[in-house]
Amino acid sequence: MTDRIEIRNLFKIFGKHPEDSLRRLREGATKETLLAETGSVLGVDNVSLNVPKGSISVIMGLSGSGKSTLARCVNRILEPDGGQILLDGEDITCCSPDQMREIRRHRISMVFQNFGLLPNKTVIENVGFGLKLRGMSERERQRKAEEMLEVVGLSAWGSHLPASLSGGMRQRVGLARALATEADVLIMDEAFSALDPLIRSEMQDELLRLQTRLHKTVLFITHDFQEALRLGTRIAIMADGALIREGAPQEIVEDPRSEYVAGFTRGVDRARLFDAQSIMRTDERDGFRLDKKGRVESWRKEGGPSMDFMTVNLEDKLIEIARRARSGRPIAVIDDTGRFCGHIPQDALLAGIAGAGDATPKSETKEPVA
Amino acid sequence: MLNLENYYIPLDRWIQTFVEWIAFNFRPAFLVIKWPIEGLLRLIQDGLLAMPPLLFLVVFTALAWWLAGRGLAIFTALSLVLLMLIGVWPESMTTLALIATAIVICVLIGIPTGILCARSDTAWRIVRPVLDVMQTTPSFVYLIPVVMLFGVGTVPGAVAVVVVAVPPLIRFTNLGIRMVDRELIEAGVAFGATERQLLWEVQLPQALPTILGGLNQTVLMAMVMAVIVAMIGAEGLGLVVLQGLGRLDVGRAAVGGIGIVLLAIILDRLTQAMANRERREEMSARPGLRAVLGGMFRGSRPALPEEAIEKTHGR
Repeated sequence: MTDRIEIRNLFKIFGKHPEDSLRRLREGATKETLLAETGSVLGVDNVSLNVPKGSISVIMGLSGSGKSTLARCVNRILEPDGGQILLDGEDITCCSPDQMREIRRHRISMVFQNFGLLPNKTVIENVGFGLKLRGMSERERQRKAEEMLEVVGLSAWGSHLPASLSGGMRQRVGLARALATEADVLIMDEAFSALDPLIRSEMQDELLRLQTRLHKTVLFITHDFQEALRLGTRIAIMADGALIREGAPQEIVEDPRSEYVAGFTRGVDRARLFDAQSIMRTDERDGFRLDKKGRVESWRKEGGPSMDFMTVNLEDKLIEIARRARSGRPIAVIDDTGRFCGHIPQDALLAGIAGAGDATPKSETKEPVA
Repeated sequence: MLNLENYYIPLDRWIQTFVEWIAFNFRPAFLVIKWPIEGLLRLIQDGLLAMPPLLFLVVFTALAWWLAGRGLAIFTALSLVLLMLIGVWPESMTTLALIATAIVICVLIGIPTGILCARSDTAWRIVRPVLDVMQTTPSFVYLIPVVMLFGVGTVPGAVAVVVVAVPPLIRFTNLGIRMVDRELIEAGVAFGATERQLLWEVQLPQALPTILGGLNQTVLMAMVMAVIVAMIGAEGLGLVVLQGLGRLDVGRAAVGGIGIVLLAIILDRLTQAMANRERREEMSARPGLRAVLGGMFRGSRPALPEEAIEKTHGR
């Protein structure tokens, strides 16, 4: 997977003399000394991050962690003070305003927390906003905007004003506006944070559904770790302007590495996050008998071979496995071709769901973990 | 010991000399300024006076109905009829022409200046104290330099009206643009708007209700000043009042006064209705054109939150 966006050693300083502050930082000043000596606030502190093409990369952090600032540096609504931002390998921090405008019109679009819709324009005009700025003809714009409204399921609302729509619908309009420019990169700044919980989860599903069709590169900003887990292919956690942990959702939950991150992962519903692969044992076959191609043939019971076992896929989530599991029925994990990969003892399943200790180590002792 | 009574700065004489010097050396410049104002004023005044009063009444009543509804339409019609009956119709039209001319020029000066101030903090730092001085100076103080620079009559009167009436429009335009939601500006920039597109597509439409609020203030200031400039020979209702005062003719002065009040109320309500109309369209759920038309054909109006607002505005 290639990287669409590469952020390298990015700094953003809010204050009067950013160059001077940057020099101090390079000479070893900390965020605190910088604030005390110059009154400048370090918004983004030496962040490097890769956003792979076609992925949803989530930047997660509490308010004031610099996540929105970082996102705004990516399309240079805020001017970064140090470091580079590569878009498809090309450094956009040195682009001229004209070049930057072209990039914003064609390659990066954005969705806002409070929707950012023009209240005096109809839904369809709002969707066509980016296209209008680009100078597209009225008719073509209309056609394209209608198409996008259909994608987000709001075809019937084109002639209404945003004020007559509910929050969820307004954000669909915001999404349609961002999709209309056909930019590959979508920056979604707390896009669902202003919505009710139910609508929010509906919009998350909608985004995932759209993503399977459109394969955009999404940079999603959120303060909600659950949302990050649900949407993110990768999650980057920020605190105090700095990036403190980056990885796939399972990796982070499994190994938070710091007390701060552990604070977020503690309450996670592991049953919905972890899959069979993460808890299966591969050390021995536990009585499963395989054929020549490695497929499970039968299970050896005390009385003789038995077909009373269940198979699950590598990617099956624990919650689904638990739903199907019966006591005394062994679980075999198979890959897409049906080959045996490992097995899941019941104690491992329970431990995996409960997150007892540190889940279950993948291929060690058969002893139940305390 | 320093005794301040021994010192005197002849500021009054300096200013006198300065204004005289300007009047003497820059006369052509002032004539150039005067010329378009004079043309515009004459055009509007001749138009209004040539118009049959009844036609004017119908047009204005229709305008009031369209902008503000039935109440103001009835009030406008009755007021205009009264103006005809008490015999100040031509004077009312002259005053109206004077105000209209001043408003046009105020808009031409005020809105661009306001936009400039909103976009440049330096410009605002310079303009703001000037506006402060302009607004705190008693309005009739302007009359003397205006007479020295432009002479007497209705046209210099219009100049004085502009000077007094333009500051609120500049302030409100500046304020309206600066108050536009930051996220909307960001949205404009994020989708690749140029400075000009940002202004026309995002900032001005959002600031319009505030700008119209400023226009309302400007109209009221112009109305007040249009009366005061009678002192430097501007014609119209102000002159009626002034003549009434001069002859101790209370009746005549009162007639002029009533005319001014009626005209002022009509203009105030009309411009206020314009501003509210914009604001309402922006804030509330206005159904699409299709929905409104559909509702009309079904013989029922769709229930709008606007109606609640209308009630509070006493329409």
